[in-house]
Amino acid sequence: MAEPLLRVEKLVRRFGGIVATDNVSLDVASGELHAIIGPNGAGKTTLISQLTGHLEPHSGSVSLAGRDITYLPAYRRCALGLARSFQITSLLLDFTAADNVALAAQAHAGTSFRFFANARKERSLRDAAHAALDRVGLLHRADVLVSRLSHGERRQIELAVALASKPKLLLLDEPMAGLGVTESQGMVKLLQELRKEVSIVLVEHDMPAVFALADRISVLVYGRVIASGDPDAIRANEDVKRAYLGDQHVVTHHG
Amino acid sequence: MKASTLSKAVTAVMLVGLVLLPLYSSLAGNVFILTLFTRIVILALAAASLNLIMGFGGMMSFGHAAYLGIGGYAVGMLAQEGIGSGWIQFPVALAASAIYALVIGSLSLRTRGVYFIMITLAFAQMAYYVASGLARYGGDDGLTVYKRSDFSGLINLGNRTQFYYLCLACLFGVMLLIWRIVNSRFGLVVQGLRSNEQRMQAIGFPAKRYQLVCFVISGMMCGLAGALLANNTDFISPAVMYWTRSGDLMVMVILGGMGTLFGPVMGAVVFLLLEEFLSQITEYWALIMGPLLLLIVLFGRGGIMGMLGRASRG
Repeated sequence: MAEPLLRVEKLVRRFGGIVATDNVSLDVASGELHAIIGPNGAGKTTLISQLTGHLEPHSGSVSLAGRDITYLPAYRRCALGLARSFQITSLLLDFTAADNVALAAQAHAGTSFRFFANARKERSLRDAAHAALDRVGLLHRADVLVSRLSHGERRQIELAVALASKPKLLLLDEPMAGLGVTESQGMVKLLQELRKEVSIVLVEHDMPAVFALADRISVLVYGRVIASGDPDAIRANEDVKRAYLGDQHVVTHHG
Repeated sequence: MKASTLSKAVTAVMLVGLVLLPLYSSLAGNVFILTLFTRIVILALAAASLNLIMGFGGMMSFGHAAYLGIGGYAVGMLAQEGIGSGWIQFPVALAASAIYALVIGSLSLRTRGVYFIMITLAFAQMAYYVASGLARYGGDDGLTVYKRSDFSGLINLGNRTQFYYLCLACLFGVMLLIWRIVNSRFGLVVQGLRSNEQRMQAIGFPAKRYQLVCFVISGMMCGLAGALLANNTDFISPAVMYWTRSGDLMVMVILGGMGTLFGPVMGAVVFLLLEEFLSQITEYWALIMGPLLLLIVLFGRGGIMGMLGRASRG
């Protein structure tokens, strides 16, 4: 079998006595959309933070395309082709949509220690920004300040920013969070397009979306992966049913 | 942010006024005003340099006056040792400021927010006490600069008008530089870091290096102002580094409009003119000045530039 794009091995992260990530291992193959689901408090965000470099694990390893990135800072991982979106929208509010995306392109196009030339007039950066905005359907809002955009539009900008860095792997932390029904459907449609171009790790609460999109799903409960497989296998898995329908009531209307 | 027509007009009037000032001074036979405005131009340069890190970079340095002292002492100490050439004094002033900024920056940029303010303040106070301890160079009492920097006949700093225009050229040069920097790749990264550091890290920018370089550039610009200041007053003392002077510079920036190109220059002009004329009226001028500044800062969001912008939008 070929080297997986992302390999997580025996990752452990504790907070005091709580083991938030408990020996998590998972592989994401190139071209795959791998969803991570789990009830609230299952440790999804903790896991994602260790993948992006915002949190260090106590043991275990993370590797991207065969390279160990367990202890690399966030900005270095980004340079290696790992892009992320934030669960809570995190953008440069006092910059325009195009500026936000162009900066992401700039980070991957040569040095930023250039002090004199006007960066907003760099054709290649602007083109990359416009292409990414067009990809998410927001080209017409390119010159609007992000602080003036709606929540839904900001979620799309998050995605455009991640795309602009031309990543190998996209880590999406609840891209549907706070979206209305139509907006969510738009996002699912968009992700269906994107998955053809880039490998994706998707953390999401919206079960219909997850089951519609994922090639494989890993279920996280109490920091452990209790099941991993294709959507049908997960749907039929007894442990998963228990976790979701049992004493921990959460999202139940999937399938 | 787009500059409004009104603020553009006021800025243009101010700049033309600064250029024509020596003409007025000689026609009206008013030497005092030229001396006053030389000081204003120099401190405007210092305020503009502070604005680069504070307004555009979001780094609230409360120790910027240290560079005035470092630039000034570079001139004063070299003059004292018999090295009068400006070609040596000014580069030394810039280099010393850069080294200080590099050391202070790499230590203080590990912190954020209030801690950053306090640590820059603490370092500036340290510089103040070091200067006070320099017995050879006058210690507490300061150091008289008997001869202004010598630029081998190219320009005579002893001539008031020539010196004024040198200062003004330095100010305009620095403004031009800041304008280019702010719109460059580097400038966008620095402003992005002010806006959202976490996001910038996530898209692949290591924050500290960019901030440190910006900190050093700003420090060198202020060091230049210090070298000019020592020439202007023919004197340098630890007092120019005192924390209240750093506070004055911050007030000028906030008063004029943080993160705008010409705001700090306008802030410096208004602040120093107010100080000058109020102190002629009453000994207790600070009692009027303080509340006045408070009102502007409290109710004039964005400083003078912000108020002009709102006024022209109606």
